[in-house]
Formats: sequence, structure tokens, C-alpha cells
Amino acid sequence: MKTLADLRAIKEKAKAEMATREKNARFRITVAMGTCGIAAGARDTMSAIIDELNKRNIQDAIVTQTGCLGYCDQEPLIQIAQADKQTISYGKVSPEVARKIIAEHIVNGKVVADYVFNLS
Amino acid sequence: MHRTHILIAMDAHTIAQGARSVKEALQRELALAALADEVRVVETGSLGIYNKGVVLVIFPDAVYYTGVQVQDVSEIISEHLIKGRVVERLQYTDVPGAEKVAGQAPRAGKQVRVVLKNAGIIDPDNIEEYIAHDGYEALGKALTAMKPQDVIAEVKQSGLQGRGGAFFPTALKWEFAARETSKEKYIICNADEGEPGTFKDRLILEGDPHAIIEGMTLTGYAVGADKGFIYIRGEYRMSINRMQKAIEQARAHGLLGKNLFGSNFSFDLEIREGAGAYICGEETALIESIEGKRGEPRDKPPFPPTEGLWGKPTIVNNVETLANIPQIILKGAAWYKSLGTEKSPGTKVFTMVGNINNPGLIEVPMGITLREIVYEIGQGIPGGKGFQLAQMGGTTGGILTAEHLDLPMSVECLREIGAGLGSGALLVVDDTQNVVDLVMNFVEFFNHESCGKCTLCREGTGRLLELLEKLTDGKGTVQDVALIEELAKIMMKGAFCGLGQAAPVPILGCLKYFRAEFEKLAKTAGSAAA
Repeated sequence: MKTLADLRAIKEKAKAEMATREKNARFRITVAMGTCGIAAGARDTMSAIIDELNKRNIQDAIVTQTGCLGYCDQEPLIQIAQADKQTISYGKVSPEVARKIIAEHIVNGKVVADYVFNLS
Repeated sequence: MHRTHILIAMDAHTIAQGARSVKEALQRELALAALADEVRVVETGSLGIYNKGVVLVIFPDAVYYTGVQVQDVSEIISEHLIKGRVVERLQYTDVPGAEKVAGQAPRAGKQVRVVLKNAGIIDPDNIEEYIAHDGYEALGKALTAMKPQDVIAEVKQSGLQGRGGAFFPTALKWEFAARETSKEKYIICNADEGEPGTFKDRLILEGDPHAIIEGMTLTGYAVGADKGFIYIRGEYRMSINRMQKAIEQARAHGLLGKNLFGSNFSFDLEIREGAGAYICGEETALIESIEGKRGEPRDKPPFPPTEGLWGKPTIVNNVETLANIPQIILKGAAWYKSLGTEKSPGTKVFTMVGNINNPGLIEVPMGITLREIVYEIGQGIPGGKGFQLAQMGGTTGGILTAEHLDLPMSVECLREIGAGLGSGALLVVDDTQNVVDLVMNFVEFFNHESCGKCTLCREGTGRLLELLEKLTDGKGTVQDVALIEELAKIMMKGAFCGLGQAAPVPILGCLKYFRAEFEKLAKTAGSAAA
């Protein structure tokens, strides 16, 4: 450790890994993991989401899971919540679609209209 | 990135309740569920929840579970981690320090975490997690942008007082040592926490060992010392192991050793283990012990800042004091002064024990009332019993009664009534307990721990015990009660060191408020004889 910059380099890297424990992530991605979701492939969807976030080095999104939302035919279902914005739900999210949603919604800020599912 | 972090509190209490087996079960079951790449299990220090079994918290949801046993692990994994359903039967909602992580519990409201800011948040065995939470930033700042006297000035401005119990101004102590011209100076961290009921230093050491290393290094820079010793009592095996690992990691990262941050300041640390003698918490006895001698206090003056370890200028600071230093340097004296009261800035860590619903480790701003601590944070006394007394500051602490419930807990307010904050142990006693038995218990402890060097303490504690036994055996007189009081007062004035001087404090406190209880025993004896 010779300079403050050396220290801050370690800090940034470690902070990224610890982001899961912080409450201030910008995006909260919830994957529905009821029996129906899991049967429809929600596990693969979640793995794809985590993988894509890692690949793109996105640190301000957390991934969590919830139970069945009551729309079993739409599984795998995911929801993306963002402060001050409407929570968007997506249905029939295959791993490929999940990767697309990360690229469009999280990175570019554009909702992927084809897969939006209106819960109300 | 791991989508979920499971933090498991690994401190002496939770380990005793099986935290290690729970951690192993978690790792085994996560591997079976093919979740090992997504879910990280992190060992952390105390989560501040005491006496509730194995404690873990699952992020990002910040759901706390207590009383977790090995057989609960598969349910937590299949319900919480796979299906996203909280296992309500194990959930704990009254979370200490929750303002940092969850923000809903009433217990959190009155707490402010400075010293404990990382405890239960980071993995203490991983230096990078400490760095992620601004660790070593203060050291970098001091070594690249501040002169040693600036560091002292900042601490002086902050008004920080020693948290070992004496509340001596930290910067003043440092100035005495900084003024000395000796080339060899030493920094000692006093982690010989021996007060019954006190375990805050242990939980700080276990939860955030790097904060102590950084605090000691900053102290070394401020006073011109390049060598430090952490004197930890031998029973604190886990603190010793964590601290040893932290020292090695700091060395590997160049945060201990030569020319830190490219400056010409060098500093290194070693651990010294105490053998469990209460007297070795007294700083000069502690120094004797490090020197390899019998742990007995020295004559003062000279005080350690001018003549301490091996006759060289030495700073002895308590664990909690040192843990405050990096925060003060990083955030500034004005920030620190904004916490607590004018004369007692900052926070105080307490270990709350005894007849209390929610015992545990808390950190509160100075000036909070006893009522807030006992009835809000501690959630009152079990079984609907009344509050009889509280002993503040460990076995040598003063006695507080119901009339003091609304007294602000600060150095100045407690001093006025002849008590003190002491080490931070808060023993709550309900109104069904016998005060005389309580005093007898204190005196037995002092009698056992008196080092024997001076007559007043060695003989005084013994005679006090005899007099109390006489009373409880029904053979005492009212004169004996007066004699107890007189002897205690003389010990306070004449004993050689803090042990003998402070031992009478709780005795006199109990006599002041509960004299009738003592005299009742004497009177019964008198009538029996008649």
C-alpha cells in the first residue's frame, strides 16, 4: 500500500462484491420462485440474470426472489423495481429474454414492451 | 456477484450455541441445492442480539433469523432462498442497529453506531470488507495530509474521553507522550476486559479487528511510536485469533510495517495474552505483565505517557477508545461532537445484562436516559417485575435507583451523583432480588481479585466479606453496618490502585439507597439474641 489510490482500488472492488448487503441499490430484480415458477424454469432465468449482471459489471442492482404471484401461466415472472418509478413486471421470461431485459431495461432504461405483463 | 449474502454471527455466544455447525450445514445444503455460486455465507461479528441462539441475517432482504438450529437449515434454504418465503417461526423483527440495514425496529431508533458500525455487517476475517467500509481511509488521510500534531488536535477538538471507564481526555494523554523526546515509544491497546458483565471490547475485537489496528496505528503516528501491543485476556480466544489474522492481513497489504502510504512512518503490532487476572486491566499492572513480571500496579507518578513500558513513554488506550479514532479522523471533530452531550461527546457501547427482556450489546449516544435504555431498547423487566436498581459500569460501578431513571447517562451527570459510566456494563436488577446478597457477591469478587499488594484492599475486602456474612448469618448488629460503611470509605481513600479504590463504590451505593435492608438483618439478629 503506497498511496490512497491503491487503497481506493481495493475499496471499489470490495464494495461491488458487498453491494448485495446494501439497501441503496438502484434496481431491485425479483424473480418469482413459487413451485410454478421453478417448474417453468425460473432457476435458469435467475442464473442468467446474475450472470448478465456480472458480465456487464452492474453493481447497483440486487436480485431477490419471491413466491407465486398468482399468474402461473405467465411464469417465469420477474419484476423490476426502481425508486420513483413504476414497478415493471415481465412474463414468460426465458434466460434469453432475461438477458435482453438486463441490456434494455437496466442498462438503457427502456422497458421491453413485448414481455411486459400487466398484473392489475 | 452473489445474489444473496447470509451473514452468520460468529462470536463466543453464538459459537457456544452451535453457530459453527449451522454454518457448515448451510454450506453443505447450499451445495446440494446448487446455490453455492449464488449465495455467499459470510461469518461476521456479533449482530448485537444476545441470548437468542444462533443468529443470521439474509441480504438483500435483511431478514434476521434467531435460534437457528442445524435442522432448520434446509427449511431456510428451500423456503427463503428458493421460494422467497420468509420462515416466520424463526424470524426476528426486533433488530438492533436496524437503521443501517432494515429500518423498522423500535430498538434501532435510539441507537447510533460509530464503534459498532461494522460489527455484524462485515466479515472480520476479510480486510477487503473493512476497506470497503472506509477502512484505512483515515490512516491514508492522516499519513498523506496531516501532521502528527494535526491528528492530536482533531482528537482534542472531538472531546473524546477514554472508554475504559476513567473518561480521561484521550488527546491530553497523547500530548504527554508526544512531548517526550524518547526514540522508543509504545502504544498499548488494553483489551484485558475483566469486569463481570462487560463484553463490549470482546465483541468489538471479534466484529471489527481492523478498526483497532487502524486506531492504534493512528495513535502511533500522533505520538511518534512505531510499536504497539494488544493485551488481550487469554480467555478471549476468538478475539485473539481474529486479531492475529487481521494483523497478518494488514501486513500483507502494507498497512502495517515500514513506510506506510509512502511516508516515513512505520508501525507494527504484536498480541500479548493476559492470564485472566482482573488487576491486569489496571494500566500499570498490565505494563508489568507485558514486561513479564507479576501483574501488580506501579506507583504513579510517573504515569505511563512519560514512563511506561520498559520505562519508555507509553499510551494505554481501551479498545472502544481506539475504535473511535479512525472515525474521528475521517469524519472530523465537528461530526463527533454532534453526537452525545456537550461535555460527553460521542456514543457509548453498553452490554445490558441482568433482569432485562432484551439483553445484548448496544451503542447509544451519550445523554440517553436510563429509562430509554431499560424500557425502550431493553424492553423492560421480565415477569412484570419492578425496577429496583441498576449497576452502571461493571462490578465497581455505581448504583442507580428508580429516582435516576430519567437522568441522562453522561459522564458529568453520573459524576454528580457519585456514579460513573465505567466500562459500559449495565446490570439491571428487579425488585425481587436481595440487595445484601448482591453486595456480598460483589465483595466476594473483589476479595478474590485483590492482588494483595496493599493492606487496605487485601484485608479490607476480606473484612467486608466477614462483616456481610455475619449480617446474613443473623449475627450482625447495627454497628456492623456502620463499620462496613466506614471501612468502605477508608478503602476508597487509601487503597493503592483503582481496584481497591473502586471496590467500595457499589457497597456505598447500596448502603446509601438500601440501608434499611442491611439494618433489617441486624435488627432481626438483635431481637433473636434478646
